[in-house]
Amino acid sequence: MVTQVFEEISPADFFYRNRDIAGFTNPSRAIFASIRELVENSLDAAELAGAPPTIYIRLTYGEGGLESGVYRLRVEDNGVGITSRHIPSAFGQVLFGSKYKLKQARGTFGLGGTMAVLYGQITTHKPALIVSSTGSTKVYKYRIMVDIQRNRPIILERKILINKDQWHGTIVKFSLEGDYFRAMPKILEYLKQTALVNPYANITFVDPKGRLYKFVRATTKMPPLPKETLPHPYGVDVETVKRLMQMTPHRNMRDFMIKHFHRISEKIAYKFLEFAAIPRGKNPKRLGPGEVVKLVQMMKRFEEFRSPSASCLSPLGEELLKAGILKELKPEFIAVCQRKPSTYAGHPFIIETAIAYGGSIPKKTDFVLYRFANRIPLLYDEASDVSFRVIKSMNWRRYKASPDMPIAVLVHICSTKIPYKTVGKEFIADRPEVKREILNGIREAARKLRRYLSKQEHVEKEKRRLSVFSKYLPKIAKFSTELAGKERQPDIQKLLEIVNQVGRKESRK
Amino acid sequence: MGEKNPENDVSAAVKKKKEIVIDLESFGETLYHQMEQGEFPWIKMPSRSTENIYYNPELRQYVLGERKVKRSTRNIRHIRPFTQLVWTAFFAHQLSHQRKTSTLRDVYYSAQAYNMSFKDQSESDNVITDLETVIGFAREDFNIFPEERSAIFGDLTIEYTVPGYEGRQMNMTSHPDGLMIGPALTYSEFVKTSADKVIAIEKGGLFTRFIEENVHKKFNALLVLTAGQAPRATRHFIRRLNKELALPVYILTDGDPWGMHIAMVIISGSANAAHLRGLTTPDAKWSGVWATDIVDYKLPTDPLTEVDMKRLQELQRDSRYKDEIWQREIKTFMKIRKKAEQEAFSRYGLTYIVDEYLPAKLEESA
Repeated sequence: MVTQVFEEISPADFFYRNRDIAGFTNPSRAIFASIRELVENSLDAAELAGAPPTIYIRLTYGEGGLESGVYRLRVEDNGVGITSRHIPSAFGQVLFGSKYKLKQARGTFGLGGTMAVLYGQITTHKPALIVSSTGSTKVYKYRIMVDIQRNRPIILERKILINKDQWHGTIVKFSLEGDYFRAMPKILEYLKQTALVNPYANITFVDPKGRLYKFVRATTKMPPLPKETLPHPYGVDVETVKRLMQMTPHRNMRDFMIKHFHRISEKIAYKFLEFAAIPRGKNPKRLGPGEVVKLVQMMKRFEEFRSPSASCLSPLGEELLKAGILKELKPEFIAVCQRKPSTYAGHPFIIETAIAYGGSIPKKTDFVLYRFANRIPLLYDEASDVSFRVIKSMNWRRYKASPDMPIAVLVHICSTKIPYKTVGKEFIADRPEVKREILNGIREAARKLRRYLSKQEHVEKEKRRLSVFSKYLPKIAKFSTELAGKERQPDIQKLLEIVNQVGRKESRK
Repeated sequence: MGEKNPENDVSAAVKKKKEIVIDLESFGETLYHQMEQGEFPWIKMPSRSTENIYYNPELRQYVLGERKVKRSTRNIRHIRPFTQLVWTAFFAHQLSHQRKTSTLRDVYYSAQAYNMSFKDQSESDNVITDLETVIGFAREDFNIFPEERSAIFGDLTIEYTVPGYEGRQMNMTSHPDGLMIGPALTYSEFVKTSADKVIAIEKGGLFTRFIEENVHKKFNALLVLTAGQAPRATRHFIRRLNKELALPVYILTDGDPWGMHIAMVIISGSANAAHLRGLTTPDAKWSGVWATDIVDYKLPTDPLTEVDMKRLQELQRDSRYKDEIWQREIKTFMKIRKKAEQEAFSRYGLTYIVDEYLPAKLEESA
């Protein structure tokens, strides 16, 4: 008889075995994913500190040189830093994080940093070095490894240094196996697009050959930080409600609804409880399992909840989006559009779109599409993304645009929960609410583009017009002078000025 | 010599030249003045659109109606042809001044020397027609000639007026191939002739046959080769022979709608030249080959094509063709659905056309 052996694995072990879920599929993806995860952590940390991010990334060959395929990665930021006691867990424990809150953030798995360190450890078996300070008098330096089976950090070394100049930030340094040269185009594209959508960040990257890539901030203005928010009743499931019931200090359903859910007034709480046929004074801890399921079902059916507020979102804003596009794409014309907040399944979201035209935008056989989610660029699986389909479905001739023109379309979605289609988190799903907002956003930008192109057309026409007049009028003057036997040619400058003025007047219309 | 009329005046050609030079200059002055006044130069000229072309039964030719068009350089669509027009006037003025002539093709190329571009020759030809309309004279009068040349043979003495040949006289029998009706002949003065009629012939082969057969002597005629559709210089020349020397004109063409129309253009002019006078010979006669001749002389024929039939229907409605003889011939063509070339008479021997057909036809049309 065969006996089945059951064993429990730790989260770290799970991700060790399924590292492709987190994007660490192969040496080239791994090096890209490591940089990406750490850069995103750094951006979040700096924004939390309220300072424009300054991020330094250094990738060098490991001891064996290029042949070994081992690199050393160092990412340094000026973020809020991590308190001493949390440093080991932040980088040595999978699913330990500060982002399990309902507000817009770049990462949500709490995986990023640890996953990079974990990947480095399993490919090189070397510890990671973490240096961090919150701006206090001390700087903490840890050398750690991950105990994969137990999902616990192993502290190899801990040092405390004096923080003379009140430095705050985090430095992460570790070894990993990778293939930089295959990953290079994606890394550079990623950094460029990150710089575009975070125009207030300074990002410096030195690659293994010593080449320096600098992305300089165009502004120090940053979008306001998102506020933490309560879950909206449309967006919760049974598990979430059960957890809330276990931890709640409130003893009746009225307070439970008002205090734990988003934008519920007393009046609405009463109305809902009546709708759900649950006594308002009932103790939430006393609800039976069937009643909890029913409560959640009724929440989805009740139509009078107010839609979620967008204060938990932090869109870039039209001005910053423009600044980012201008600095990284150098186009001739930019149209941006920020849509009003909207919701899908109880999750608020905001769509920002932009169209950039001409200048350094390359002419290709199709528009260039840049996709962003919570201020991070999405680089893979473009054709599966909802934005790609929206662009394909539009009749661009109406906007005087065609795919062979130098046009870039940008779509940024901000949400407490980005509707990714897969765990790879590379493309946005076809949610009707999201799709409609993207379509309207692109249309609005496209209308601005059309106005610009028509104006350009007119200016061109006027230029041609003036050139026609300045080509022929002097000839008429010359030949009539000769025919008339006059010595001096008539003054035609006045006439040319009239042509010019008429042109200007018309283009202003 | 015929009776005295302006066209008969010896100095008429010279006078006309002077008039044209003055017209060209005042055209330039008008534009110059407009520009000095801060105006975009403009002109008004008779419209040459088909709605403004009428048949004038008194003049027996097409004329332009009252409608005028304004061409202004204020309008971007007008400025290029306007410039071309001014240049052409300038160029024509230079030609007259230097007493040189130019062909239409030449004009097209000369323009390039002045950095004036014409898309093709038809564009430059069109601008020349504009200048004719503005000035009111034919391009031959301002020394621009078409490429095609026709010829004359017979006892006519002329005196040249072109540079280098002034006062020199020439008899039109001095070359057995005939003399080309080019600019020099166009501007020549008629001195004397013994002929009492003009025979205009469509085709070179028959023209040569007539010279060989001494038709000019036997019939006391000047022979003019039109070489297909008569060029305007030739039409003008035939008119002068008719008006200045009072010679009746007989026209021999192929027996088909196209030959018929060659004769008609000599007689009544074309719609294309409605803006011009002095190109028609209303008293000239079409002597053949008629449709009825094809029947009467049992000539070898070809069937009329679809295009021929369509052309006949057009001519039938044309006001120039309203006279009975034309209507009769058109109907006969349509009935027999056959056509014959001038050479068809050769079936009766080489001299038959001269010995039998021509005397009969001249008698008939006179």
